[in-house]
This record gives sequence, structure tokens and C-alpha cells, in this order.
Amino acid sequence: MSILIQFALGLIFGLGLVIAGMSDPAKVLNFLDLASIPSGGWDGSLAFVMAGAILVTFFGFRIVLARKAPLFGSSFHLPTQQGIDARILLGPAIFGIGWGLAGICPGPAFTTLGVGSAKGALFVIAMLVGMVGTRWIITRRASPMLPMASNKSAL
Amino acid sequence: MTEFTPLAALLGGGMIGLAAVLLMAVKGRIAGISGIVVRLFPPYGDGEWGGRAAFVAGLVAAPALVAVVTGVIPQPTITAGSITLIVAGLLVGVGSILGNGCTSGHGICGLSRLSFRSAIAVGTFMATAMVSVFITRHML
Repeated sequence: MSILIQFALGLIFGLGLVIAGMSDPAKVLNFLDLASIPSGGWDGSLAFVMAGAILVTFFGFRIVLARKAPLFGSSFHLPTQQGIDARILLGPAIFGIGWGLAGICPGPAFTTLGVGSAKGALFVIAMLVGMVGTRWIITRRASPMLPMASNKSAL
Repeated sequence: MTEFTPLAALLGGGMIGLAAVLLMAVKGRIAGISGIVVRLFPPYGDGEWGGRAAFVAGLVAAPALVAVVTGVIPQPTITAGSITLIVAGLLVGVGSILGNGCTSGHGICGLSRLSFRSAIAVGTFMATAMVSVFITRHML
């Protein structure tokens, strides 16, 4: 049951991306291209996507998190890290450079697979290599003496 | 050139937000795509593989469903070449894991929880993405 619901939620998320136009990298790049504002070629849609999403999550999370526990599960898993370290600057800096190069971030990367885009698949494979490799290195550094499966806190 | 579509953007954004709220209600987890995706690979820890795989399968199925219902395939316009796509994919992958999140985890879930770390992350990746686009579109 829980798995079916999560499929439905991924579907709603993906439909949202498609309806918002964010499954099209050209639309994302045209938002990021501030230099196109004077010529009228700028597309501000992405800001409205963020606004629409945050409007729902801002109130929705408050209603949900007022409950004791999620429907399936014993507790809410919320990020606990506070403060600014090198990783929270370096990671997003690297992420942004890649995002600007192709106009694709992780969610839309997977919707490109749904229309059988070979270019999208190439991006997804490279992204997965980057993700899994980075997590592997971070996990190893966090606990060089322990078997990897025992370390859940690295990410 | 793409058309400015504020209403569709608001509606689509609202659906993304709804999916994030419901995932929190159902599983108690943040709808961060990079975090969900990377945990499909080892090291495993919490027995939630099936749910994560189902969520990603839903993402992939969404444009196919749109194609079936509307008869129009939502074709992405990917202008980048193969080498650029590989480099971009690697950077997006490395950066999202190093920074504990991407556009969804930090951008939507983090900002709405008023997380300071997420605000820093979003400001940083928006800035570098805009610089990246400026260089590739206007300087090279």
C-alpha cells in the first residue's frame, strides 16, 4: 500500500514538473539567463513554480508536522544539521554550475527518461555516477574503520 | 525562446508542493529527489528501497501519462551536446550529494521550513547556475 502511494506521489511530482514546464531544460535555462531580460527573451516561469510549491509546502508541512507521526512510520525524518560549513557552500556551487550547463536538475532528469530521451539518459547516468561516487567517498571518510552499511549518518 | 507561463507554473509548482507535503504525511520524509535517488544504491540502511524506487518510477511515468492522456509528448529541448551533458550530470550529481540536496530538497522543502542552510544552498546554486549560463551563452 505504502509503495503504491509513493508511486502516486512520484507521479504527482512529475506531472507538476511537466505542467510547470520544468521538464523542458530550455525553459529552465531561459530563467537562469538574466542577460536576456533587456531583449525580452527571459522566462520567469521558474520563480512561479517555486512560489506555487512553497506556498503549498509552507502551510502543508505545518499541518502535517503538528501530528505525532506519519501515516506509515514511527517518526518524521527531518534534517538536523545547523550552521554553515564548507559542504553547504561547495556542494550547491558545484551543483549550480552543472545545472546551468544543461538546464537539468535531478527531478527533471528523470522525467526526460519518461519520453525516451537518449540525451536525458546520458545525463542521468553521469549524474548517478557523480551521486553514488560522492556518497561513497563521504561515507568512507566518515568511518574508515567501520563497514559501510553500519554508517547511516553520513548522509 | 520559451513562453512565459505563470499560471501553469503556479499550478505545476502547487502539485510539486502537494506531493512533498503528502510524502511527509505518509512517510515522514523530505521529498528531495537527489536524496531519494542516491539511496537506491548501496550503502543501504533502512529498508525503504521499494518506496523510493516507486517514487522515482512515478517521476519517469509522469510524462508518459501526459502523452497518453493529451496525445502530445512533452518533449524536452536539450540543446547541450554529449560531452556537456556528461560533465553537467557529474557536477549535478556530485554537488547535490556534497550539499545534501538539490532544487527540490533545499529549494522547496528547505525554504518552506525556513532552513538557514537551505537558504544559503539555494542562493549559492542560483548564483553559480546563472553565472554558468552567462558564460556558456554569452561568452563562449
